[in-house]
Amino acid sequence: MMYTEKVLDHFRNPRNVGEIEDADGVGTVGNPVCGDLMSIYIKVEDDRISDIKFKTFGCGAAIATTSMTTELAKGRTLDEAMQITREKVAEELGGLPPVKMHCSNLAADALHEAVTNYRTKNDGEGVS
Amino acid sequence: MNVYMDHEASRPVDPLVLEAMMPYFSEKFGNPASFHKLGFEAQRAMKTARGQVASLIDAQESEIIFTSSATESNNLGLIGAARRHRKRGNRIVVSGIEHISVLNVCKELGREGFEIKYVPVDSEGIIELDRLSELVNDETVLVSVMVANGEIGTIQPVKEVAEVAHQHGALFHTDATAAAGQISLDVSTMEIDLMTLSSNDLYGPRGTGCLYVRTGLRLKPLMIGGGQEAGMRSGSENIPGIVGMGKAAELAKETLLAEATRLTRLRDRLIRGMMESVPDSYLNGHRKQRLPNNVNMRFSYIEGESLILSLDQLGIQVSSGSACTAKTLEPSHVLLSLGLKHEEAHGSLVFTLGKGNNEGDVEYVIQHMPGVVRKLRAMSPLTPEELR
Repeated sequence: MMYTEKVLDHFRNPRNVGEIEDADGVGTVGNPVCGDLMSIYIKVEDDRISDIKFKTFGCGAAIATTSMTTELAKGRTLDEAMQITREKVAEELGGLPPVKMHCSNLAADALHEAVTNYRTKNDGEGVS
Repeated sequence: MNVYMDHEASRPVDPLVLEAMMPYFSEKFGNPASFHKLGFEAQRAMKTARGQVASLIDAQESEIIFTSSATESNNLGLIGAARRHRKRGNRIVVSGIEHISVLNVCKELGREGFEIKYVPVDSEGIIELDRLSELVNDETVLVSVMVANGEIGTIQPVKEVAEVAHQHGALFHTDATAAAGQISLDVSTMEIDLMTLSSNDLYGPRGTGCLYVRTGLRLKPLMIGGGQEAGMRSGSENIPGIVGMGKAAELAKETLLAEATRLTRLRDRLIRGMMESVPDSYLNGHRKQRLPNNVNMRFSYIEGESLILSLDQLGIQVSSGSACTAKTLEPSHVLLSLGLKHEEAHGSLVFTLGKGNNEGDVEYVIQHMPGVVRKLRAMSPLTPEELR
């Protein structure tokens, strides 16, 4: 089982690590029992993701995929963010070992959850 | 700087072993079955190797059956004994922390109709002798408990286990793969009927192992053919491998005591150094009843594979009990047997020291461990506030 250079780069130098105290949306997926847990925090301005941070407990693939997901999502509209799939994240990383596709590649789900969390909170608050 | 601390996974072949093997590839290439000088030369080489291996465990030459690996030896020892001696009983008792080859062989024997019972270990990895005594009965054909576990290093009270087995007329097999070359083994005082050894764990070549079979004990062979190895393991012998394993066993015997003392000191320094410098780090396994080369540590809030990758960047090669480095998605069955939670097992690292390691290596690891752990903890949502 080998990781691509891109995966290793995102593992070694993860982008957007941290938390956002007053996040507009938060998404958490995974379970420490399975060895992977990731949280994504978003700030939203004009229906766009203006800032995004993450925290991950997990293997190299879990950390790299979350990092890549935040990079792909930053600056995107919420609709665009909802289009980011696990497959897209893996593709951008130059591929993942097959066993990691299912167990560790969950960050896109966390992102979608963060967006949904934001939308639910802001539902009916005069979204024009 | 490169620090290899993954000797449980693989060891380099000792240069003296390699030198002993070399002529047997192309120059002394005879088949021991041949009735001419090249054949006799091969026979002598095998006899020498058998003697060298026997000497390491205080056995007789004729009790050593060469195989292709410790896995094969475990297969032959368990399946061969169970099938041949089925009349003695239908029950097989093993510990829950045996090597995967033993556990999977037992599953297979279970499908053949044998009743498999697993003896639990306590939180430090020592077999529960009370439970063993309850599980071994007069219907028991075979008991198998390893001498020491390669992952958590725990050394088992094998002699006591053997006594329980023999009280009920059961045969006793022990997997000494991880223990051989590190602690003294004596098959007669330990009352062992069958013992598995591997060549690579003694700094010999891969592709060779052996099974000690007590004089008079017969096994049903797995490999049928020309009847080599006293009919228990057919197939033309791997002479270079066998010569290498013999030489490796000889060297292991010579250096055992000094090397065990040296490694124990390095091991204890490594354990203490990491526990002192990394908060919320714990030792897995028994503090004292432990192989001289084994350190298994658990670092809370982070995961083993990411630790391995981070250490590899610093030139440190180690192993993990995390599911994330395995083919399956389950963490190590050994760590779970200790009663660890899944997330605790995921954060465990195994350092296995060897001949090439010195004090400088140990200090290098101790120096870098806190930073590596801190960086991953800073990323983890499980890390408590005070450690961020």
